[in-house]
Amino acid sequence: MTNIAAEIDLQPLESVLAACAAKPGSLITILQQTQELYGYLPRPALAEISRATGITPAKVLGVASFYTQFRLEPVGRYLIMLCQGTACHVNGAESISAVISEELGIADGQTTADGLFTLKHVACLGCCSLAPAMMINGEVYGNLTASSVRQVLHDLAAKEAE
Amino acid sequence: MAMRVKIGLGSCGMAAGARQTQAALDEALAAAGSTLRSERTGCIGLCFAEPLVEVVDVESGQNWFYGRVDAAAAARIATEHVLGGRVQEDLLLTSDELHFLQSQQRIALRNCGVIDPENIEHYIERGGYQALRQAVCDLTPEQIIDTVKISGLRGRGGAGFPTWFKWDACRKAEGDIKYVICNADEGDPGAFMDRSVLESDPHSVLEGMAIAARAIGSSQGVIYVRAEYPLSIHRLELAMQAARERGFLGQNIFGSGWDFDIYIKAGAGAFVCGEETALLASLEGERGMPRLKPPFPAQKGFWQRPSNINNVETFANVTWIINNGGEAFAAMGTETSKGTKVFALAGKIKRGGLVEVPMGITLREVIFDIGGGIKGDGEFKAVQMGGPSGGCIPASLLDTPVDYESISQTGAIMGSGGMIIMDEGTCMVDMARFFLDFTQKESCGKCIHCRIGTKRMLEILERITRGEGKPGDVELLQDLGRQIQAGSLCGLGASAPNPALSTIRYFANEYRAHIEEHKCPSHSCRPLLQYHIKPEKCRGCSLCARKCPVGAISGELREVFVIDMDKCIKCGNCAASCRFDAVEVL
Repeated sequence: MTNIAAEIDLQPLESVLAACAAKPGSLITILQQTQELYGYLPRPALAEISRATGITPAKVLGVASFYTQFRLEPVGRYLIMLCQGTACHVNGAESISAVISEELGIADGQTTADGLFTLKHVACLGCCSLAPAMMINGEVYGNLTASSVRQVLHDLAAKEAE
Repeated sequence: MAMRVKIGLGSCGMAAGARQTQAALDEALAAAGSTLRSERTGCIGLCFAEPLVEVVDVESGQNWFYGRVDAAAAARIATEHVLGGRVQEDLLLTSDELHFLQSQQRIALRNCGVIDPENIEHYIERGGYQALRQAVCDLTPEQIIDTVKISGLRGRGGAGFPTWFKWDACRKAEGDIKYVICNADEGDPGAFMDRSVLESDPHSVLEGMAIAARAIGSSQGVIYVRAEYPLSIHRLELAMQAARERGFLGQNIFGSGWDFDIYIKAGAGAFVCGEETALLASLEGERGMPRLKPPFPAQKGFWQRPSNINNVETFANVTWIINNGGEAFAAMGTETSKGTKVFALAGKIKRGGLVEVPMGITLREVIFDIGGGIKGDGEFKAVQMGGPSGGCIPASLLDTPVDYESISQTGAIMGSGGMIIMDEGTCMVDMARFFLDFTQKESCGKCIHCRIGTKRMLEILERITRGEGKPGDVELLQDLGRQIQAGSLCGLGASAPNPALSTIRYFANEYRAHIEEHKCPSHSCRPLLQYHIKPEKCRGCSLCARKCPVGAISGELREVFVIDMDKCIKCGNCAASCRFDAVEVL
């Protein structure tokens, strides 16, 4: 824990806190911006948020753990958000998940050893007519098949290798 | 001949490759020396045919819809049709497909797929902000509320509460600071109408909010929108900026001395935040947990001030109602459900997308006439309405009219309008398990019945779908369901048992098959499947044996192969790979 703390540079957080800390009700916004900065919510950052806002550490962590958007662990370069909505379920999201797991060797919530991919099952992305669908770093991929998913993963990995 | 070319650039259009289509089209136009370029528009709802290109002859007004336009087709449309005047018949949508669009009555979606959502001029050309002008300059707040009352508009987010009543209560509530809040936390899996409206016609929502604010006496609006909808947030921000520049938002609107502005709050992913008191808690930076009502948000809402919360589609309707009068809206629909409703068709449906139809038409008309029926050669089994709070409606009730009361009577709810169509390959017990898995994860944990009850229901359903169901499980589910309904504070818990209760009601035989015979009639629950190679069909090619990941299939080349069910993990590779249809699933 202390080792990790030493590695987190809290400097970028200062401007977020300077803009929002005094505003009531802005804890979620602060957490969102913190996650933008670090890709997840590092514990030292949560402690700093608590200090700057005067909100107890328990409450900061309580809010952070309540919402599915927030991650307390680092994620890979590419966050694969695999839709688990009804339409995707009916159209075979489960088998798509199996393909991704097989291809990358990770289960839901895990990150590949090279830090490239994280797989996360998420609630409906609202692209139901393209089911099954997934979103990777803001980009939606629809009408997925086993081969099209493999293609997307290979393309992204190849892009990184360049 | 002057032409305009529009490309649908909503989330789903882009996911289907609309940006590549646009690039190819513009490139082809430029290469031919034309200065014409394609225009961006939102989602017209024909999701099944994305990417979509519309060519409009400016003089005659005639238009042509091209569907599934890839880069090559885009280049052809550009050079042959747009520049050459030769319609590319083979690429056009069929009249059957166009029927999807023509059989609708579009009010909330009136501008979707028609205008450029990032260009306020387009919105103004279509009569935009006239309703706000009228609300501010010509009408008293009471008259605005009266018009909405005459229209009979009910909340489109799910519960169907009369909109005017909420406005009136908020107007009459004591307090100098009041808030208008737009609930854009569209969380129902299978519903995407709000995303589409926000992406395709953001101004109609802003204008509706401003009208509501004028009616209740508010100067501050907030849009609570899902973080999963980045494009919606982007387009709303652009729209707000443009509206401020034109004086439709900000200070002294239309010289009236009245100020109103809006800011966006991105949700952080919690289904329960669609419930209004949970949404308020989330807006205040807290865990999104519902509280007891009363006091209602109209009395004590955001920061304890009177607040009015409406859904996206409701606001989009308000603008039309002020422009066209409450009577015009009330002329559509049924006695108790006025106007139109947007439905999101998805699942095993031939033409999935967004449709807006008058209330009161039947499910059959929506699913078969407009949606084209089942995709592939399967047979219709049920339609799921209302998401995790709703239920499955069987084929025998397809003639149920879509209005709030009739849908409730079936055990489902209108909800936000998601319709997931299922064929015989969908297992109803698995569907119930799927939704309970969802509500159990999304329960905020405040009420014991909801927190633990949904967990127990899920465990029972998981057991049944694994083939470990016991006699009495169905009765236990029903009993638990009734207690959860009674013992939960908010709508999430009160409606969480619905998917299980409604499938037990209509598909009891499937529960029986799982529990008594350990069989899944839909061949969907994997642990219950049995794979078997038909000797008369097997040619002994060994393909299945090579595809089997656990070596459960053995045999000699050119002889019949056999599956060892003790080793089989039921992955289905053998059935999928067999070229002679020899692997049967029991």
